[in-house]
Amino acid sequence: MFSWPEPFIWRALLAAVGLAVIAAPLGCIVVWRRMSYVGETLAQAGLLGVALGLALKVDLTLAVVLAAVAAAGLLTLLGRQHLVSLDSALGLTHHATLALGIAAIALAKGPGIDLMSYLFGDVFAVTRSDLVWVYVGGAAVLAMIFYLWEPLVRLSLHEDLATAEGVDPKLTRAAFDLLLAVVIAVAMKVVGILLVMAFLVVPAVAARPLSTTPERMALLAAAIAVISTIFGLWLSLSSDLPGGPSIVIAMCTVAAISLLAGSRRQG
Amino acid sequence: MSLFRPSDAAGLQTVAAEGPPACGHVHDGGHEPQPAGDALISARDLWLRHGGRDVIAGVNLEVRCGEIVTLIGPNGAGKTTLVRLILGIEKPDRGLIVRPPTTRIGYVPQRFEVDRTIPMTVRSFLALGGSAAATDIESALDEVGALRTAHQQLSRLSGGETQRVLIARALLRRPNLLILDEPARGVDFAGEAELYELIGGLRDKRHLGILLVSHDLHVVMAKSDRVICLNGHVCCSGKPEHVSQHAEYARIFGPKGAAALSVYRHHHDHAHDLTGETKPLGDADAQRRGS
Repeated sequence: MFSWPEPFIWRALLAAVGLAVIAAPLGCIVVWRRMSYVGETLAQAGLLGVALGLALKVDLTLAVVLAAVAAAGLLTLLGRQHLVSLDSALGLTHHATLALGIAAIALAKGPGIDLMSYLFGDVFAVTRSDLVWVYVGGAAVLAMIFYLWEPLVRLSLHEDLATAEGVDPKLTRAAFDLLLAVVIAVAMKVVGILLVMAFLVVPAVAARPLSTTPERMALLAAAIAVISTIFGLWLSLSSDLPGGPSIVIAMCTVAAISLLAGSRRQG
Repeated sequence: MSLFRPSDAAGLQTVAAEGPPACGHVHDGGHEPQPAGDALISARDLWLRHGGRDVIAGVNLEVRCGEIVTLIGPNGAGKTTLVRLILGIEKPDRGLIVRPPTTRIGYVPQRFEVDRTIPMTVRSFLALGGSAAATDIESALDEVGALRTAHQQLSRLSGGETQRVLIARALLRRPNLLILDEPARGVDFAGEAELYELIGGLRDKRHLGILLVSHDLHVVMAKSDRVICLNGHVCCSGKPEHVSQHAEYARIFGPKGAAALSVYRHHHDHAHDLTGETKPLGDADAQRRGS
């Protein structure tokens, strides 16, 4: 017998689908600019943001955005030094923020603070106000991405050419980092800090072999993300698996099939 | 707050020169150097320090309508840095870049290797960030001899095709000054000659000023009106044959470099056939690089 899903399932579905659509175009840029590791680092700085937000009693989403933006600024500075490669600098920052975040959460320990829910999220615990964040914040992010799209693609292709043609690389990059921070903060509730970047990167990777232009890749990534999200939630409910990881498993399956088909066609 | 700088605000050091150069119209073949007032861009006493070293030391440079200026110099001589200063990507510590408001620059960067992860057809690349109509894109591709690449993926082009597509993109901006940074890099020898043929042809047909960066001397020099030999500072400059006999030039490139140049010019005067004649040149070039 078919029974109408409970409201919490609807909320989970709406939040995850909304997030999937927002994350897809950003994920393409992240893939093109080879920024997955940067994104991971920003996401883990978010955990530090949660701890600071709890300690200072400010809105957690805002605290996460601020922490991620601060981390982006730190990475920009680290990118200017020449003692170690950016990869090593990221390795340092990535683990430092994660360790500091976990330690700070432990210090801020109080009633109802659950580290696991920040690390892995809980899509079925999404509230109405979370939904407002996803859709209002998401609409703003999509509008910004639409405006920034062309300069971002040009910078991804060739930074000097774009700059010589009049794109401002610093401002564009800063705006993108800000968008990334907002998406990470919003996504944390749904998929958690450890799997946020999968929401961005995996659909983009899955879309690449099937795309001939940047715009098509972004649209396809969004479509793949939405389908995987629906399938992942169904998997989660029917097999009693955690929601976020189930969605990511579905996304990765699509990506694997797409890459396999793509390499077949090439070879 | 705009994400785009007006393209003629290339930095604080840029000043607008009075008296726009009459340039960009087609001349019947003539491309004699013109008076100094016609400069499309001029760099005056540029200085830039990087890592405790003067990468650019008191460089003066000028490009006028219809003239090909070739910037040569060994690796690390600051050629690309100078181009970045002229384009306003980087700012000099001292010095001026004078750029009349009528100067429109088309830029062909060095090492344009498109990441495979970015799906992009040649056509969509040429349309990106501009307002070119489909017919403009086609005629630009036709002009550079790359029309058949229109639907190919950018990351799959050969070195020569990539350079042609980049030149087409530069032309779509309707430039009167074309700046090409090592356009022959990653192009085989025959392709290199064709590429310089194309660039020379653009100068003749569109009466463009051209600033060409190269560390290969022979082919470039034959087509240049003026050669500037850079090694942090300007070592010497002048007509190609003048520069090749300059003591400073010989010191930097060695007698073999100078020999390669004269060999090429001799052959170039006879024919454009590049099959047999190029062999000894290539050897001499290899020896120069090795030395």
